[in-house]
Amino acid sequence: MEANSPEKIPFFRDPEKLSILYQFLSIVAVGLVSYYLVSNTLANLERQSISTGFGFFEREASFEIGESLIKYSAADSYGRALAVGFLNTLIVSFIGIILTVILGTILGIARLSSNWLVSRLSAIYIEVFQDIPILLQLFFWYAFFYEMLPSPRQALNPFSGLFLCNRGLVFGIPEWHPAFKFMAAALVLGIVIALVLKRWAKARQERTGQIFPILKVSALLIIGLPLVVWLMTGMPTRMNVPTLQGFNFKGGLSISPEFTALLLGLVLYTAAFVAEVVRAGIQSVSKGQTEAALSIGLKPTHVLNLVILPQALRVIIPPLTSQLLNLTKNSSLAVAIGYPDFVSVAGTTINQTGQAIEGVAMIMIVYLVFSLSTSAFMNWYNKRIALVER
Amino acid sequence: MNEINTKSPASTVKPPITNIGVIGWVRANLFNGVLNSILTLVVLALLWLTVPPFIKWAFIDSLWTSTGAECQAIDGACWSIIPANLRFIIFGFYPHDLQWRPLAAMVLLVALLFYSQDRQHWKKHLIYAWAIGLFTMGLLLKGGILGFESVESNKWGGLPLTLLLSVFGLTAAYPFGVFLALGRQSRMPVIKAFSVVYIELIRGVPLISLLFMSSVVFPLLLPEGVTLNKILRAQVAIIMFTAAYIAEVVRGGLQGMNRGQYEAAESLGLNYFQTMRLIILPQALKIVIPPSVSILISAFKDTSLVVIIALYDLLKTTQTTLSHPQWMGFSAEAYIFVALIYFVCCFFMSNYSRRLERELDTGL
Repeated sequence: MEANSPEKIPFFRDPEKLSILYQFLSIVAVGLVSYYLVSNTLANLERQSISTGFGFFEREASFEIGESLIKYSAADSYGRALAVGFLNTLIVSFIGIILTVILGTILGIARLSSNWLVSRLSAIYIEVFQDIPILLQLFFWYAFFYEMLPSPRQALNPFSGLFLCNRGLVFGIPEWHPAFKFMAAALVLGIVIALVLKRWAKARQERTGQIFPILKVSALLIIGLPLVVWLMTGMPTRMNVPTLQGFNFKGGLSISPEFTALLLGLVLYTAAFVAEVVRAGIQSVSKGQTEAALSIGLKPTHVLNLVILPQALRVIIPPLTSQLLNLTKNSSLAVAIGYPDFVSVAGTTINQTGQAIEGVAMIMIVYLVFSLSTSAFMNWYNKRIALVER
Repeated sequence: MNEINTKSPASTVKPPITNIGVIGWVRANLFNGVLNSILTLVVLALLWLTVPPFIKWAFIDSLWTSTGAECQAIDGACWSIIPANLRFIIFGFYPHDLQWRPLAAMVLLVALLFYSQDRQHWKKHLIYAWAIGLFTMGLLLKGGILGFESVESNKWGGLPLTLLLSVFGLTAAYPFGVFLALGRQSRMPVIKAFSVVYIELIRGVPLISLLFMSSVVFPLLLPEGVTLNKILRAQVAIIMFTAAYIAEVVRGGLQGMNRGQYEAAESLGLNYFQTMRLIILPQALKIVIPPSVSILISAFKDTSLVVIIALYDLLKTTQTTLSHPQWMGFSAEAYIFVALIYFVCCFFMSNYSRRLERELDTGL
């Protein structure tokens, strides 16, 4: 055998040819399975005379939805009903995410507290809430509202203006006053000025090294401006306080037991996971960093803002994102306790129209859009804050 | 300065009494600083407000063996709902006189889990033991041969169903997940694309949308006359879901592998399958044992979602009990009992995974 004319490799040993073969085979296999499933489905649909397509969007839904952000009645279309469900999912996830981040951060920091009692309690909380299925927790809170809380007549009243009863959470809100419009405008203005100021402060710091107390000034702007407007417009303080009339409350803002139970369950469950993420992030910054920062004479607040947080956030953000996505996905369990979220409305639609494929596809697409857009945003953010090495 | 230097060693100053012992511990851990002192007092006050009433409710004013009617008259907890309905909560609709079979299956499972705990036992015989064990469990539940009376799967329920769905789900999902992870790391674009699409698609949707799919869409996918039973369909959905998560965990392990490992395998002349089976996977899978246990924990918790498609798992049997007029209104007690079962299982699993993490930590 000559060294410079190697033996021809048989095709079944040649990785390149094999790889083409495997890929071809997998395409054929996937194609065949899809063809089989699709043809079965079409035959089944025809046999059960179910029409396909999204034509049912226009048809009258003829079912009521307990709570909705936009106007909805049973006479509206399926499309509108689904929009109501979608908005309900959005609102519960949005509020849930904010509360979860706050509670989770507090718990995560508490877990690392030098106070033995606080760190123990936080550890117990984290372990207990992580180890019980979210659905069970939701059922528990739902039962809590309907069984353990009293009727509106004996409603619990922990502080004035707030009532807790088996009709949900009822609380007073400020009565509408024209000044609120100006206050909202002042708030937006404050945020805009704060953002501009932040850019300027950063540029100045890079140029001259002087640090501008941006956090305090922005807080002052964002809270102060609306406050000034409020003072100038004569301090409207009238509250719309709920009062008991007959068997239920009138006035104020009431939140249904379903919504409250769902929110409570999601927040308490996810916060336990977020706490672990936050703890791991803080622990990942070595103690030497703090010591080094203090030794060059940074103030403690600057140590936190300029040294610890930027490094901890890098570790925290990716797992935090997936936890918050989990919260959004878990909000679909609303269907079990009767909160009309997207899955629940889509489920009713499937039951009424029989269009299971479209219904399930819609549920999946909605959550996929949530997931993919969140992860796209997070990847962008992650890249922006990533450590630049050499 | 001088004073200290002239002191004799015999008169070494002892630490003040307030820095050692109980007082010292309390000072160091509860009252070091103003903020911590305030925190401690607030937490103690909160505990004082919540714990004694809870103990009073749960233990002092409670009834443990009574009827539902007697419970209505008391203020405390009515734990009687548990012993009175225990068999239904645990076994669901499984025929009453055959309930020793699911019980035996569960005992077998626990024994197997217990035996597998020790890493000394992680040899080939363990795989055979599990294969035989899982088969025996299936046989005990289903019956039909060897003189066992057959029990239709629509009678299965309660804790055995929960365990069945999670254990079989994970057993089937693991190899599938490893395949997906390998596919995602593959250099073949088509196979990589299929794996990525599958993993991202499944991980992006909630489990209950897959369960919905299993209950309303699967029947449409099958040819006329072929029906899959409900439990099997839910099981398929759980396997599909869990596999995607396992794939990501295993991918983490594969990424943790050094390039040198692949190169060494190549230089030995091993082909792809040999490289994976003999070199890469054994190491990668070892790295990801702890996160795999977390997947097992969440799979175990997630089986409770089959309630939504009306399978009688542990949670559903409990709810059914609660819908009896006699036992209505004692949800807290029943849910606390079920939560305790889940908690104990998950707690042991997560403790175990923490221990494994320490044991497997080679410090590299």
